[in-house]
Amino acid sequence: MYAYDEIDRTLVNERVSEFRDQVKRRLSGELTEDEFKILRLQNGVYLQLHAYMFRVAIPYGTLATNQLRALAHVARKYDRGYGHFTTRQNIQFNWIKLAELPDALADLAEVGIHAMQTSGNNMRNVTSDQWAGVAPGEIEDPRIWSELIRQHTTLHPEFSFLPRKFKIAITASDHDRAAIKIHDIGLRLIKNEKNETGFEVLVGGGLGRTPFIAKTIKHFVHGRDILSYIEAILRVYNQYGRRDNIYKARIKILVHELGIEKFSREVEDEWQQIRNSSLQIDGEVIEDIRSRFSYPAYEKLPHMPDQLRQAAADPDFEAWRKNSVAPHKVQGYSIVTISLKPTGGPPGDATAEQMDALADLADKYSFGEIRVGHEQNLALPHVAKRDLPALWKALDKLGLATPNVNLITDIIACPGLDYCSLANARSIPIAQELTRRFANHELANLIGRLHINISGCINACGHHHVGHIGILGVEKNGEEVYQITIGGRADENAALGTLIGPGVKFDEVADVVEDIVEAYLALRERPEELFMDTVKRLGVEPFKERVYATR
Amino acid sequence: MTSPLEQKKIKIAGPSVVTANRTWDGIVVYRTAAKGWSAELSEAAIVRNSDEARALLAESVADDVGAIGPYIAPVQIGEDGKILPGNLREQIRRTGVTIGQPAQA
Ligand code: HEM
Ligand code: SF4
Repeated sequence: MYAYDEIDRTLVNERVSEFRDQVKRRLSGELTEDEFKILRLQNGVYLQLHAYMFRVAIPYGTLATNQLRALAHVARKYDRGYGHFTTRQNIQFNWIKLAELPDALADLAEVGIHAMQTSGNNMRNVTSDQWAGVAPGEIEDPRIWSELIRQHTTLHPEFSFLPRKFKIAITASDHDRAAIKIHDIGLRLIKNEKNETGFEVLVGGGLGRTPFIAKTIKHFVHGRDILSYIEAILRVYNQYGRRDNIYKARIKILVHELGIEKFSREVEDEWQQIRNSSLQIDGEVIEDIRSRFSYPAYEKLPHMPDQLRQAAADPDFEAWRKNSVAPHKVQGYSIVTISLKPTGGPPGDATAEQMDALADLADKYSFGEIRVGHEQNLALPHVAKRDLPALWKALDKLGLATPNVNLITDIIACPGLDYCSLANARSIPIAQELTRRFANHELANLIGRLHINISGCINACGHHHVGHIGILGVEKNGEEVYQITIGGRADENAALGTLIGPGVKFDEVADVVEDIVEAYLALRERPEELFMDTVKRLGVEPFKERVYATR
Repeated sequence: MTSPLEQKKIKIAGPSVVTANRTWDGIVVYRTAAKGWSAELSEAAIVRNSDEARALLAESVADDVGAIGPYIAPVQIGEDGKILPGNLREQIRRTGVTIGQPAQA
């Protein structure tokens, strides 16, 4: 958990009263929509098809139970009783009334939650591994650095008026759960030969209309220099960033056009001028932030408690445990992923009742802490293994124990045409249909790890480019058509998927996915060969043949 | 559905209405012939050529306190004179999401 200081609290409260005044002036007509739009976007308020949408940041995906309860309260009081967890460690409310928004913001401010940096051309909230601080083998807690960067960049002029929005992600584990290669800046926390903490710095990742995988521009930047190095990157970006062309102004385009060598040279030159400035981080600052992260007082527990041994006889429990429970850095504890992907449900949605109940379970079993990951699932980061069977029963009652984490039904999907004003096509019903098709757990398990990502337009909020199977909705003659890619991935070996052929209609998408999966099952050499590996070994051709042979 | 937010030139192919979101709560509304906004598509003013459309849109844009983001949307007129949304996007805006919502209000 992280304890905010007074400055943060004052700032958040000031922003709420400022916004209350702005809303009042908007409703009275004193402010036009043109004038108001930028102000509402700064407070996370978008306009969707049916209503305003309110986006709230969950910095580095860590929530305390009182915060989750506050989100439940907002869902219940100001919305329709649910919220939507996104791929950017945010939650969105889809039915908020502008007139009530200041109250919702004020209620959230009481628990230190705000909507700053969730929209606009500024530094967005810095995302991190949802298992930060608990993953075995992690070098150190990446959230300390996320917080450092957050503090430095929040409302700093240099970061508030960028050519476009800007996203940073940090990971400190070998396995990248923060998708750093598809962010504007990706930071991989590492140690050098002298055992000093620093970062491998990647730039220029991003999806959308022109997707790029980030490239490494420096193999080691010492921790104390990370702010000056980021600043140097931003200065180069600000100098060149093409503010005149909205599609081209992302840093990925600049890096691509200048070339990674020239870009890194320019950053290096810039950095040499500022690295010994006040931006150099004092060890005390880091220690101060570190001291504000508290870790639970773990007990000394056995690796294999009796409760777990007994529960293993229940195949349903085992199915869930195998998919949802991951090793923890402390013996006797586990990290439990909570699937927000029930069969037939919209990916990432949680009801107010589920949020409240989950907060109670987190108090009881996870030292009052919940995590939000980019796969639109939640996690309880510190569950004693002896409590797993009891937790599972409780989750199951809430409809939160679908045993499908990392399986084919653990789908990432954007809101699409059901909610989003930019959409070309629907995403959620495609996801729902797929979860029904593959609802049989034995089948899903037989298929193994397979990520499907769906976006309703080229903005790629559903990360379709990096889905093992990616589905992109487009429009053709007023009809929804879907382009299917395979072979993408979002982890440390990030890659963009390859289009398998002409787009298919709404009703055909699930059939096509079934064909692809059947082809994979027939083509794989061994049961352990994952979908990704088969695609890598054989390319897209055999899948293409299978899909289009009968179409 | 290409987002009408990208609507640049005004050229209509058939009967159309002006739609927007009501400012205070965001709900979908339609411009009426009485120069107001209604949540009922049946009360929308119908325009049938580009000049009419342009005029209705201009008037709607001017009423910025009432509703935001106005644009021209196609409709179909049934045999009984009933006004129906002209495409999937507008149908979803009128009748709501096509999926079950996790919690009913
Ligand atoms: C429904 C309201 C939403 C709107 C209007 C919206 C709009 C956009 C737009 C315009 C972009 C592209 C910006 C650019 O390339 O500069 C974008 C990117 C993105 N959105 Fe959304 N979005 C919405 C919801 C979501 C949701 C629900 C998620 C998560 C599930 C999400 C995650 C993302 C991500 C990760 C990107 C970055 C993709 C990249 O790397 O380029 N968005 N969004
Ligand atoms: S990908 Fe397109 S349709 Fe989906 S949420 Fe983003 S902007 Fe909307």
